[in-house]
Amino acid sequence: MAKGRVSFFIDRCKACGLCIEFCPKDVLAFDTDTINILGYHPVALIKTDGCTGCGICALMCPDLVIEVERE
Amino acid sequence: MKGNEALAEGAIIAGCRGFFGYPITPSSEIAEYMARKLPGLGGVFFQAESELAAINMVYGGSSTGKRVMTASSGPGISLKQEGISFIAEAELPCLIVNVSRGGPGLGGIQPSQADYFQATRGGGHGDYRLIVLAPSGAQEMMDYTIEAFDLADRYRTPVMIMAEGTLGNIMEPIIVRKPEEKSYDKSWAITGCKGRKPNIINTLHLSSEVLEERNRHLAAKYKLIEQNEKRAETFLTEDADIIVVAFGLMARIVKKSVMEARKKGIKAGLIRPITLWPFPDEHFKKAAETVRLILSVEINMGQMIEDIRLSVNGKVPVEFYGRIGFTPNPEEITKQLLLLAEREGF
Amino acid sequence: MKTVFKKPESLTDAKFHYCPGCTHGIVHRLMAECMDELNIRESTIGICPVGCSVLAYDYFNCDMLEAAHGRAPAIAAAIKRLMPDRTLFTYQGDGDLASIGMGEIVHASVRGEKITVIFINNTVYGMTGGQMAPTTLLGQVTTTSPYGRSKDNEGYPAKMAELLAQNEGSAYICRTAVNNPSNVIKTKKAIKKALQTQIKGVGFSMVEVLSTCPTNWGLSPLDSMKWLEDNMIPYYPLGELKVKEDK
Ligand SMILES: Cc1ncc(C[n+]2csc(CCOP(=O)(O)OP(=O)(O)O)c2C)c(N)n1
Ligand code: SF4
Ligand code: SF4
Ligand code: SF4
Repeated sequence: MAKGRVSFFIDRCKACGLCIEFCPKDVLAFDTDTINILGYHPVALIKTDGCTGCGICALMCPDLVIEVERE
Repeated sequence: MKGNEALAEGAIIAGCRGFFGYPITPSSEIAEYMARKLPGLGGVFFQAESELAAINMVYGGSSTGKRVMTASSGPGISLKQEGISFIAEAELPCLIVNVSRGGPGLGGIQPSQADYFQATRGGGHGDYRLIVLAPSGAQEMMDYTIEAFDLADRYRTPVMIMAEGTLGNIMEPIIVRKPEEKSYDKSWAITGCKGRKPNIINTLHLSSEVLEERNRHLAAKYKLIEQNEKRAETFLTEDADIIVVAFGLMARIVKKSVMEARKKGIKAGLIRPITLWPFPDEHFKKAAETVRLILSVEINMGQMIEDIRLSVNGKVPVEFYGRIGFTPNPEEITKQLLLLAEREGF
Repeated sequence: MKTVFKKPESLTDAKFHYCPGCTHGIVHRLMAECMDELNIRESTIGICPVGCSVLAYDYFNCDMLEAAHGRAPAIAAAIKRLMPDRTLFTYQGDGDLASIGMGEIVHASVRGEKITVIFINNTVYGMTGGQMAPTTLLGQVTTTSPYGRSKDNEGYPAKMAELLAQNEGSAYICRTAVNNPSNVIKTKKAIKKALQTQIKGVGFSMVEVLSTCPTNWGLSPLDSMKWLEDNMIPYYPLGELKVKEDK
């Protein structure tokens, strides 16, 4: 299976949850330990090796928070 | 050449290459002239679906940096006010012609000056002004149009020409003068951002600071225009006891009455505002020193008289004579002058 | 590692002001990706509306003009006529396009203006606080249809794509949605096709995008996606309504 890497511009995240919901691998969640500049708990990767780099999270994110790379 | 054609030809001479309009009497001849001429000159003639669309096309057209215009009358000019307000705020140069007719409502197509308030106070929402020029013959229809495009570019502001319907139809010989080519910085235009940062044309200012800043900037510009551009023609005012004030078509007619009154021993004169905004108040301040009475003659129920009163600031009585539906004729005004002279004892 | 997803060049770095989960952001990005892929950023002029996307001039990294409410198609048409080799797009909400701007959009389509319209149908006036739009569904409660829109009182919702598709001047009319990944991909394809239609000079093009307004619908972003699917798509069927290939 392809391996992917996601990175987040966390200060753009509005915690709408769309990426979490549409990620087929369920590897995203809100980072409740962090509060970003907009006052939200931004999204973070919770299972580092589960991401396939499919890009769906970024496709559904309305705020350009996510960059995706794939092997 | 007919007045409307002289105006249209003047626009072409000035380099206007976009006309956006909607037919309305008595302005349609300008559109018809442009429809015949512009395509052959690589220009755009566009009959819009409404005056709302037409003025917004002018908004778009002028944002490209090209010289563009529209022409309309009464009800059409009212519809255009939305767009004119945007154009004024966006500081886009363009020409708006009001070949004016009688209102309110659908009114009538008789020549009228009833849009004086609308033209000189801005007309739409917000705190802005238009430079308003009032020609009084076919030659001036052409000359002022050429000049209007320069004023528009120089101050980045919409300019209006107010001409009564009769002026549009007046047939007079014209001398065509080629204006000197001037170039203006149009780096603000939206043309595609190749080789530069994107340009934005916008009138929304949500922050109080920016909104006030913008209004102060516009106000400063209007001050500058007031300093530089006030214009009036004077006729036999030097020794006058009574001064008649009239603009546009009315001024032509009043000239005859002034001469007629002089023959009858009344020292009458004429001040004819050429710029309705900025209003040539200095001419009136000066006149107020010597003159005994001012009579404003308008083809409306009394609008410019307010600006005259503000200018003389109570120093001289200002009276009014006006009609609408009919244009006062020279005999009528002469009679008025004789009556006033008799009443005042001069 | 190769990058599969990053911010398109045709968007600036400005953060969107939209509410969390509002799909305006997705459509902005799709439009910008298409501009990148067609390499037209430097020759494109965008017209933004009055509505929640009024600030789009801060987001698109190309020449932009902010229009009066509903008038964007007239402005775009004039610019296109004066500069035929530029690409013109308008981005309009349903109040802007289907209510106050009904005249301008219909005539732009009738005449076949070579412009591309991105039409955001979210069934409400977002910016002014969730009032009824011409696209509000029957039965839908808004702040100005508090008893639910009824055919006898407020009348029927406007089907803009169908309305414009019948005009001879319309060359490409498509309705899409952004409620799931597959529909988002289809929306991008449609926007690209609309722009290509303009570039080829065929005629007027519009993509109506069914979008969400979580704030005024009173739903979470995810529930909004479901509401769109369950309520909007049945009344506003997706797909291409007009495809004209030649000039
Ligand atoms: C002439 C005029 N009338 C009314 C308004 C107020 N207004 C601002 S936005 C808006 C509605 C926008 O709704 P829509 O087009 O659906 O866009 P959305 O906000 O939903 O994206 C209205 C009525 C205005 N700005 N100008
Ligand atoms: S790229 Fe795919 S798998 Fe990876 S986090 Fe995003 S949606 Fe999940
Ligand atoms: S979709 Fe974007 S904005 Fe929404 S939670 Fe995910 S990263 Fe944040
Ligand atoms: S009000 Fe609605 S349309 Fe406007 S930004 Fe918020 S969610 Fe989006």
